Amino acid sequence: MSKISPGTLGIYALIAVGGLLMIVPLYFMVIFATQSRATIFSFPPPLLPGSFEQIVSNYNALMEMSKGLFWRVFWNSFYLAGVATVTTVFFSSLAGYGFAMYDFKGKNWLFNIVIATQAIPSSLNLIPFYLVMNLIGWINQPKALWFPGIASAFGIFLTRQYIQSAIPRELLDAARVDGCTEFGIFWRIVLPLIRPALGTLGLISFIGVWNEFVLQSLIFRNNETRTLQTLIRAISGGTTATNVDYGGLMMGTAITVLPLLLLFIFTSRQLIGGLTAGSVKS
Amino acid sequence: MYTRLQRTYAPYVFISPFFLLFMFFGIFPMIFSIYVSLTSWDAVSGLGGMKFVGLDNYRFLFAEDTAFWNSVRQTAYIALISGLPQHLIAIPLAFMIHTGMKRMQGFVTAVYFAPFVTSVAAIAAVFGTLYSERSGILNWFILEVLNKIPLLNLVIPDDPVRWLGDRHMIPISIAILVIWRFTGWNVVLYLAGLQAIPQDLYEAAEVDGATTFERFRYITLPLLRPTMFTAVTFTIIGNMQLFAEPFLLVNTAGGTGNAGRTSVLYLWDNAFNNLLMGDAATQTWVLFAIIISLTAINNFIFAKIRND
Repeated sequence: MSKISPGTLGIYALIAVGGLLMIVPLYFMVIFATQSRATIFSFPPPLLPGSFEQIVSNYNALMEMSKGLFWRVFWNSFYLAGVATVTTVFFSSLAGYGFAMYDFKGKNWLFNIVIATQAIPSSLNLIPFYLVMNLIGWINQPKALWFPGIASAFGIFLTRQYIQSAIPRELLDAARVDGCTEFGIFWRIVLPLIRPALGTLGLISFIGVWNEFVLQSLIFRNNETRTLQTLIRAISGGTTATNVDYGGLMMGTAITVLPLLLLFIFTSRQLIGGLTAGSVKS
Repeated sequence: MYTRLQRTYAPYVFISPFFLLFMFFGIFPMIFSIYVSLTSWDAVSGLGGMKFVGLDNYRFLFAEDTAFWNSVRQTAYIALISGLPQHLIAIPLAFMIHTGMKRMQGFVTAVYFAPFVTSVAAIAAVFGTLYSERSGILNWFILEVLNKIPLLNLVIPDDPVRWLGDRHMIPISIAILVIWRFTGWNVVLYLAGLQAIPQDLYEAAEVDGATTFERFRYITLPLLRPTMFTAVTFTIIGNMQLFAEPFLLVNTAGGTGNAGRTSVLYLWDNAFNNLLMGDAATQTWVLFAIIISLTAINNFIFAKIRND
């Protein structure tokens, strides 16, 4: 590919324009976070960041719109995603280990059930989920969102694949001879060996729970317990409200989106690889 | 003895959390919701307030609930105009990235995938400002930039586009957001499919003098069919349940003329605003049947293509 033909150049141009369209909304989100409402909605629109004073002013507007609870809400999101990630990684890999390293009665159809649950449309469970959480009194409680998902079908599939390809069964037999219990084998031998898969699964879980919107809006119904996603929805008023401080709102969205985007920049290969490994083959 | 016992039962213990949770938070709620669909219930009055009404909710849905069928039509329409472009863009794009790029491949893929890691609530708020009728960037670009270009100004509208205000624009505005969010995901799926196609097939075709387009048409497209099937299935299931995007952009009523009111939006509104749990549960199951039928049709079409 030393000579570049006009056709190839055209293709590169197309790819670049498409990529630009992916970035443009994110770029304006950051720019808007530093501009006043009046500037955001002026012709021509602002293309560069605003002043430091405006940033401070937007930050203050955000604090005011969230009734001073913004960082509390940020913590709620972080706590929820963190607990969900740790528990999902543990219980999914435990089950993935069970499916990968043991032969037991009913193993194949049990595994098929795990895979099949992924095909259930999520909206089917929307109302039932709310009703059950209402019955057991888990409305407004983070555990309503992390507990049901601690062993995810996707995670089980991903870790099972990895364990099967990375760990020889003889290694486990050797540990048994040394008097290791079955859980001990998982904890002391398997977990350390499958760290890359655990990292990928953790990344996917964290991003998924952090960004999840629908169930969070169902469960979190007051100012103190809500998460970033539901706070943004609350202060934007569904984007049709006219008296919103858009500078402050965009500051809030930027603080919600940028940490994950930053994380993604360093982990995109691992994340994309894990997602496709778990989806395409199933 | 203990060692042998724990070895026999260990795998069952290890996989049990998934099944216990699935039974309690998956199966049980669904069976419960079948029962709810046979009742009249507001959920606020507690279990005692449930009134068994048999198939009345289903009868009402099929005979009288025009709003539901209107929502199904809008959902299908939005699903189509947001789904089809994703694949029409993603397939050639993945092909270009796969064949035309070496070192940049990871970077370019990451750029297209970036929307997938952003939160829909945040990004819908951003799109809401871009769509602003009086002074949003999109209308600025259309009126002040595109409309100033000779010839192009003949086809470009002179009035601000009512992105979230007009009955005909609302589905398109929702679709643009959906396309923005999920095209990269499809690119990644198709890239994985492309990487599974043996390279020597292309090399043999090149020796025979096949052009790039011919290679795409006669090697890539047929061998990409299994990936296409997977990706299209994902799109159908996902798009027929579209909720967050319209909810965030035009609220539960779906905007002017309910143009953006998808079925899930409608049943959400019934359940949590109108407190009609029985009707909402009924709508859930009918929507489920519709989704199953659509994926079955998709199965049938792909099976037919393979046999031809």
